[in-house]
Amino acid sequence: MADIRSYTMNFGPQHPAAHGVLRLVLEMEGETIRRADPHVGLLHRATEKLAESKPYNQSIGYMDRLDYVSMMCNEHGYVLAIEKLLGITPPRRAQYIRVMFDEVTRILNHLMWLGAHGLDVGAMTVFLYCFREREDLMDVYEAVSGARMHATYYRPGGVYRDLPERMPQYEASRFRSDKDLKDLNAARQGSLLDFLEDFCERFPACVDEYETLLTDNRIWKQRLVGIGVVSPERALELGFTGPMLRGSGVEWDLRRKQPYEVYDELDFRIPLGTNGDCYDRYLVRVEEMRQSCRIVKQCIDWLRQHPGPVMLGDHKIVPPSREEMKDDMESMIHHFKLFTEGYTVPAGEAYAAVEAPKGEFGCYLISDGANKPYRLKVRAPGFTHLAAMDEMASGHMLADVVALIGTQDIVFGEIDR
Amino acid sequence: MAELIELVWILTKIGAILGPLILSVAYLTYAERKIIGWIQNRNGPNRVGPMGLLQPFADVFKLMFKEVVLPSNANRFLFLVAPLLSLMPALAAWAVIPFGAGLVLTDINAGLLYVLAMTSLGVYGVILAGWAANSKYSMLGAMRSAAQIVSYEIAMGFALVGVLMAAGTMNMSGIVQSQAGPIWNWFWLPLLPLFVVYWISGVAETNRAPFDVAEGESEIVAGFHVEYSGVAFAVFFLAEYANMILISGLAVILFMGGWYSPFHGLPVLGPVFDLVPDLVWFVIKVAGFLYLYLWFRATFPRYRYDQIMRLGWKVLIPVTVVWLVVLALMILAGFGPWFD
Amino acid sequence: MLEAYLPILLFIIVGLGMGVVLITVGFVLGPHRPNDEKLSPYECGFEAFEDSRMKFDVRYYLVAILFIIFDLEIAFLFPWAIVLDEIGLFGFGAMAVFLGILLIGFLYEWKKGALEWE
Repeated sequence: MADIRSYTMNFGPQHPAAHGVLRLVLEMEGETIRRADPHVGLLHRATEKLAESKPYNQSIGYMDRLDYVSMMCNEHGYVLAIEKLLGITPPRRAQYIRVMFDEVTRILNHLMWLGAHGLDVGAMTVFLYCFREREDLMDVYEAVSGARMHATYYRPGGVYRDLPERMPQYEASRFRSDKDLKDLNAARQGSLLDFLEDFCERFPACVDEYETLLTDNRIWKQRLVGIGVVSPERALELGFTGPMLRGSGVEWDLRRKQPYEVYDELDFRIPLGTNGDCYDRYLVRVEEMRQSCRIVKQCIDWLRQHPGPVMLGDHKIVPPSREEMKDDMESMIHHFKLFTEGYTVPAGEAYAAVEAPKGEFGCYLISDGANKPYRLKVRAPGFTHLAAMDEMASGHMLADVVALIGTQDIVFGEIDR
Repeated sequence: MAELIELVWILTKIGAILGPLILSVAYLTYAERKIIGWIQNRNGPNRVGPMGLLQPFADVFKLMFKEVVLPSNANRFLFLVAPLLSLMPALAAWAVIPFGAGLVLTDINAGLLYVLAMTSLGVYGVILAGWAANSKYSMLGAMRSAAQIVSYEIAMGFALVGVLMAAGTMNMSGIVQSQAGPIWNWFWLPLLPLFVVYWISGVAETNRAPFDVAEGESEIVAGFHVEYSGVAFAVFFLAEYANMILISGLAVILFMGGWYSPFHGLPVLGPVFDLVPDLVWFVIKVAGFLYLYLWFRATFPRYRYDQIMRLGWKVLIPVTVVWLVVLALMILAGFGPWFD
Repeated sequence: MLEAYLPILLFIIVGLGMGVVLITVGFVLGPHRPNDEKLSPYECGFEAFEDSRMKFDVRYYLVAILFIIFDLEIAFLFPWAIVLDEIGLFGFGAMAVFLGILLIGFLYEWKKGALEWE
């Protein structure tokens, strides 16, 4: 009975948006997995090479599309690296806006993760409940940048523009009654900050809903407890970061250990797991959602009280406003240079990492003084996690692989770049 | 001549059972999509016909017009016979189900035994489908499905033995009549563990969530009916939903008082609620159990396959055996209003 | 008494007939355009490494055998259950012995691990 049967497993049609294209070659012995071999590269889009042929600002859109469920965090990593090389710091208001949107992105990512993980393990309804909350957050993205998902909002020097005073509202249609319309628009009567604040009031109750469905559910626990146990030492050796590391009990969060932007002024807790199994990671991520909500509230309060510029005034890097450009010769020249050649970055190398929802997302930038990077290297957290799939999956059963891919929060955009 | 009339009469009655049954199966698919949609904060189908009510017909026509792909190297005859072997028992078991007092096609004395036999026959369709398709994933899925069905059949069988002990007859109408009375007189109360075990086994036998590892993510592919397309696939689904309704119907008959109203036999409320016809009470109760099916599917994550087998063999069977002994002692002692 | 089973036979025939009619209608109405790709077995989008009928696990065989044993036990329990009232404590005792023997067998197979992983 000790036949080693190997057959290809492709999670394609059953996991539409959550995991992308994963080709996992499994060697099985009966029911248990002896070896798991992930074949990556099916989503390789040559992001790093493309960045070498474009001015710095034109690559920000590519960063969005790396880990396509946590968009602004990727932008943040890239923009921080450029700012390090340039030696500039954005204004405080811009930093608070960035932190606020980072946490909004964290909630977005964890909602998507929870929905997809639940769907894979069989709890279909959590998927739709999570996406209901995502809709509101994507409206926030859209209000501030024009795009629901890939915002291209952060720029070196700050953020593209300030928060809007009005939220887009739902319009009447033949499928929506007037009462529904009023309910939908009830939170959208004020500015973006009012809408976000209303969301933060509602959100803990939503997380309670998801926890009611899953946390104490014995089937959920049976599927996740004891699966994919990684000891803290091994997690560090394997290069885990983010919730994968914190689920094993290692207290490492870039927001606390290497604070960037205004994280050292904010009050939040870092959840830690104990056993390092899938269930602990689930609990860690759910608690992170709650903590992100806290951070967003603090940012909203600060932003309300401190109006100001959201972009540096240095027109060697930041384009002037259109009125200035049309009035003033210097601004016109700056505008022209910035939109044809782009700004040049002093020669040097810099590495900047952010605590993305999946882990440590870093950009290593080498500049040779030109307007395009000499080399951009992206350090994606999912790549290291997927590399550990063999070790985590061996000895488990076929159905556990689904739970493991879910718990590693695999998104192929960042793995294949 | 008289025999011919007899034959025609029986065929008419069969039609009167099958017609509404097939319609129920079709609208059960519609109800599933709508109700699970509402639980998930969205609407189900609502474009085809008013409120999407013609959706099942659209599905049936679509499936009829699709190509039935016969895979290369498949055993043609078995490939086409397997859906029949799945459908026939699911339909034939309805011959002994009483919808009301006297409303049964044939009131044989071994009704429950016949039903058990029919549900056991359904496994053949599953195994043949897996074997005939000549795909190793299909075969693996079929064997797992079959092993799951067969394991929960035992727990279900023991639960049925408990019902027989309480009722004293295998005749389905007799079982219902021995529950005559208000809601606390029905068998769900003294046989509560058996009722729960029966219901769980029923859900597991029909391969529905949370035991749907054969159809759900199914680790490998979509289970034993992955190679089937078009109307052959439709027949499998017809069989599955007919089985769902059958299990719900049996739960009602064996444990929930069949066609009796919950207030039957009570002084004031009894006669009032008895005005509602037997068939209506039966349908309401079956609908309640079908709603449970849909609710389970929308809510629970999926069990892993080895957890399913563990549950069937190591949990449900010991529970039933212990309760059977307790029940036998209860009956011999004449305990409670049910056993005197 | 056998006449009561005639409707059952007719129902079975009607059930089979319905299936046959449905599949025939499907064959008639559906197109037939076979090509190699469609007819090859499902491979999850990649070529399967092995394409022979594989050996299956002996655990499935075990489950089937155990099912037969317990199903027969249930078949024996059926008539006993119906007449439990009339055979009283003695009948209960007799069946308890039968159940006990089978229970010992069940415990043995449990301890031996025949019920593991499946």
